[in-house]
Amino acid sequence: MSDIQQPAQTLPPNAPSGPPLPRSTKKEGKPASLWSDAWHDLRRRPIFIVSAILIAVLVVMALWPSLFTAIDPNDPRTCELATARQGPSGGHIFGRDNLGCDVYARSIYGAANSLLIGISTTLATSLIGGMFGLAAGYFGGVTDTLASRLTEIFFAIPSILGALLIAATFRGGPLSSITLVIIALTVLGWPMTYRIMRAAVITAKSQDFVVAAKALGAGHMRIMMRHLLPNALAPVIVIATINLGGFIAAEAALSFLGVGVTSPDISWGLMISDARNRFLDAPLPLIFPAVFLSITVLAFIMLGDAVRDALDPKLR
Amino acid sequence: MGRYIIRRLIQAIPVLLGATLLIFAIVFALPGDPVAALAGEKRTDPTIVAILRERYHLNDPLLLQYWYYISGVIFRGDFGVTFADVPVSQLMAGKFQVTLNLALTALVFEAIIGVGLGLWAALRRGRAADTMILASTLLLISVPTLVTGFVLQLVLGVKVKQWTGVDIFPIAGISNGFRSYLLPGFVLAGISIAYLTRLTRTSLVETLRADYIRTATAKGLSRRRVIGRHGLRNALIPLVTYLGADLGNLMGGAVITETIFNLPGIGNQLFQSVYLREQPVVVGIVTVLVLIYIVANLVVDMMYAVLDPRIRYE
Repeated sequence: MSDIQQPAQTLPPNAPSGPPLPRSTKKEGKPASLWSDAWHDLRRRPIFIVSAILIAVLVVMALWPSLFTAIDPNDPRTCELATARQGPSGGHIFGRDNLGCDVYARSIYGAANSLLIGISTTLATSLIGGMFGLAAGYFGGVTDTLASRLTEIFFAIPSILGALLIAATFRGGPLSSITLVIIALTVLGWPMTYRIMRAAVITAKSQDFVVAAKALGAGHMRIMMRHLLPNALAPVIVIATINLGGFIAAEAALSFLGVGVTSPDISWGLMISDARNRFLDAPLPLIFPAVFLSITVLAFIMLGDAVRDALDPKLR
Repeated sequence: MGRYIIRRLIQAIPVLLGATLLIFAIVFALPGDPVAALAGEKRTDPTIVAILRERYHLNDPLLLQYWYYISGVIFRGDFGVTFADVPVSQLMAGKFQVTLNLALTALVFEAIIGVGLGLWAALRRGRAADTMILASTLLLISVPTLVTGFVLQLVLGVKVKQWTGVDIFPIAGISNGFRSYLLPGFVLAGISIAYLTRLTRTSLVETLRADYIRTATAKGLSRRRVIGRHGLRNALIPLVTYLGADLGNLMGGAVITETIFNLPGIGNQLFQSVYLREQPVVVGIVTVLVLIYIVANLVVDMMYAVLDPRIRYE
């Protein structure tokens, strides 16, 4: 418990009035940039260390699941219907699910799809939202008005229902179920990044170095890429990290509703959905993937909290 | 104020039209023929199919179909009919009632627990209670509704009934009236409780550092009065607006909770209608949700002016 209590002191609500956090000790003559300052700050935060370790384990789990379990859940021969819902035992530490498959092995193999969908959606929303936000914030005027009205439309649609609708509509088409989930979540998710990016760009735009670059004859592209983007990136990274956990939870929700990842692909949401019918008399096949899911989301949200505290000097 | 409201309402029109058109276009792309779906397993007579397609404008292009639909909604309040020939508005009324009850229960939990915990944390800032509350908000934000729903259903619903013999928290359906909504309402509120706790804490900590709080303390008011009348009242402004805007989020996000607890709400209905390709129901539900979102945000913006006299809208 102390692992969790400790980092909580670094949560943002504490920041305005909390004890002063250790600032980086700059080396002589070399001013620390925001990034090195943030990195220096991050390394000392227990909340960051805990979440980084958890995420590292999850990434290894996603890339080489066979390191964690000798059973390959993609091989149907490892399932025995006769042993369905059997409790934990030596060879099957989490017991077996409704089809007699090993819950532990399936939970381990489920990490890959969750991370794949979470990370791809985050990259896609950051790219699309970031690009539109950069252009809207920089050009202003009609571009800004159009893009902003467009995002208002997406904000007005409840995201989980919108994603459900998109995923359900285009199921069975040429796209794999995983790609479809990424697209559905991206379509509903990018306006958030757009808003953050646009606000950050508008703040950066009026600063002297941008005016100077313009006076020196820099083109639109150069100003946006070389001057605005690096200065507006921090809040986008923060929101991206926090959203990543949310996208993983959303994937589980869609898979649970039957419009996300489909069998034979493995997903925690799908496992929860499969175990649901017998949940009240055999809760374990549902509980274990639920624990994996919660810890993964927790790890990314903790990371997001830590990164925000490190990157947002205003909150210090 | 009046002019401000009118301007906001005019601004809401493109959002409403854009969102409904978007949903309409997606539903338009739903695979399968609605007339074939209407017929179910039976073979369909081509003449009848042709008549039905003509009657429901299914041969017209997307934009024209959209116009028929949206003009019906706007000018006649007509959301179309379901496959069973029930008016969609009638179907939705019952479903929205369930989801509204659920969302309002969640909102009450949110307000009581969120503000309570936030207040407690703010007053014990930096101490054990504060740290504990902040750590639990992090947990609450991280555990998906999917997980809290099933776990609470098992622990508070089933186990409590087994141990005490009394069915305190019904775990499915709405047949127990108000009590049916307690457990799902709490589950739905979960993440919002955590955000509201953090918001209350930040807001109150900020307010308690203001000059007028020092003045109030200096003139000898009791701590209770300083915090209650001067601190909390001012700290309340962002909270009320958060709660107002959250009503729309809760209603739109209730589908998981409704599925877990078998509540016949709009999330559940939308889900079923997507599978049945009941296009008017899908578009109707999303249209009403978008309207709720727009109105809730407008009300929230106006509440700013009511709660904080310094804010004036032109």
